[in-house]
Amino acid sequence: MTGRATRTFVPFALGFGTLVLFTLALEALIRAGLVNRFIVPLPSQIAGAFGRVIAEEDIPHRFLVTARESLWAALLLALFGIGFGVLLYRVRLLREATETWVAALASAPTVLMYPLFLVIFGRSETTIIMMGFVAGVPAVILKTIEGLAGTRRVLIDVGRSFKLSEVQLFWKILLPAALPTIFVGLRLGMIFALINIVGVEFLINFGGLGQLINDLAERYDLPGTYAAICFVILVSVVFFFLTDRIERWLRPVA
Amino acid sequence: MAVTRLADQVPRAQSAAPILVVDDIVKSFETPDGTVTAVDHISFDVAPGEFLAVIGPSGCGKSTLFNIIGGLIEGYRGRVAVAGETVRGPHASIGMVFQEESTFPWRTVVENVAFPLEIAGMAKAQRIERARHFIDLVGLTGFERRYPAELSGGMRQRVAIARTLASEPKILLMDEPFGALDEQTRLLLGDKVLAIQHQLKQTCLLITHNITEAVQLADRVLVMTYRPGKVKRMVAIELPRPRSSEIVSSDAFGRSVAQIWGDLREEASRGMRDDERHIAEHLS
Repeated sequence: MTGRATRTFVPFALGFGTLVLFTLALEALIRAGLVNRFIVPLPSQIAGAFGRVIAEEDIPHRFLVTARESLWAALLLALFGIGFGVLLYRVRLLREATETWVAALASAPTVLMYPLFLVIFGRSETTIIMMGFVAGVPAVILKTIEGLAGTRRVLIDVGRSFKLSEVQLFWKILLPAALPTIFVGLRLGMIFALINIVGVEFLINFGGLGQLINDLAERYDLPGTYAAICFVILVSVVFFFLTDRIERWLRPVA
Repeated sequence: MAVTRLADQVPRAQSAAPILVVDDIVKSFETPDGTVTAVDHISFDVAPGEFLAVIGPSGCGKSTLFNIIGGLIEGYRGRVAVAGETVRGPHASIGMVFQEESTFPWRTVVENVAFPLEIAGMAKAQRIERARHFIDLVGLTGFERRYPAELSGGMRQRVAIARTLASEPKILLMDEPFGALDEQTRLLLGDKVLAIQHQLKQTCLLITHNITEAVQLADRVLVMTYRPGKVKRMVAIELPRPRSSEIVSSDAFGRSVAQIWGDLREEASRGMRDDERHIAEHLS
């Protein structure tokens, strides 16, 4: 195995192995009666519930609904979050006037605003997408500003010494230099967005996996509920994998 | 006598018409403690193909002078002209190499070096070929597809030099380009710069605080005073060319270093006393 393959495989094996060990430990603790099986079902029961949930609860469709909502929210986050971040970076007065409010919005429990969004957009996917967008956008804006403002002065001076225009300076130096921080913002934004998306699906009993979790929980089908939660995690994993690929494509590094 | 002291009048390059004229530059900054004059009535010329080093203690305004000549600082008195044309802002004839690490980490070596050619609108195949020429010139052939993070500090600085040379500037302006490197690497990279300058007949202006580096590389060394930065002395280095780092062991080299240190010591001492006074005031 090459050095590079080893560097990739070992962390993966360690992470996966830890997950397996944790699951086995949980199984043992529940079977020993140290964890209440009426609150946390046996991992083996959850594994057994996957086939049933997939077959009976139309998981592929629900997974795609939640993934679609998340994708729309992610696109809006990238478009408006990065766009507003760039705008606030460029217009100092605007940044100084609004940055505190954006930061305040980042920590606000925006999920509680869902009745307002229901009134505006109705009981629809648009409400869920917008709730996800609102939860995630402050992180993207703040990290975009941080990334652009953190560009090393010497790189800008290099651009100026080569007589780059403002537009060239942005696309050739500022944006590539800021990309790692912007992608941190996008990932954070998508975490907040996915929490809100599934949360609002749960609250308004509409859409994909969040609604299914609500249904299964109300039926007290705990193995099924946890199996459905695993699919939410899968949505998150898929989006993290995609953003990682996009970042490597946009800004390859050694 | 290997070292020639010029008179205290404004020194002039002695060969052909100067390619760079720095004429009576004065630059002040407003600070909370009042107005600070960084450079004060600085004048000198550089002839085509000449290597001039500007040396001075920390805080003497060397980097301010570097930024003024490179067109990165405005709002100064006096005039900077390249081949008779007054410099107002960054100028295509002046290529800058910075003290700090300045390669683009998201670009490979060849993409870094091809950067100014890309900005100039050169076709990709042509600029890659041209970039390879300059990569070869700085001795980095074989590392074209590597990223800066995979290189040593000295190699990254060579990439930065190759990138600047790729824009084919009339004047290579360098601000302590080897300042962050160890002494051995610094001497060896000095050899590389000497070879490049010899091959391209490149006019070079080096800003440095390292006396050995200045004597190893330069035809003339301009010694600056501590704050405000003025011209204290212009010293001609009469060591034979082509040179290499082996020259550091010669008597003539030692005499040049001693001569410049003689001029610089008093200024460096003033700087040190000034720093100590500031710290004492800050602590009291």
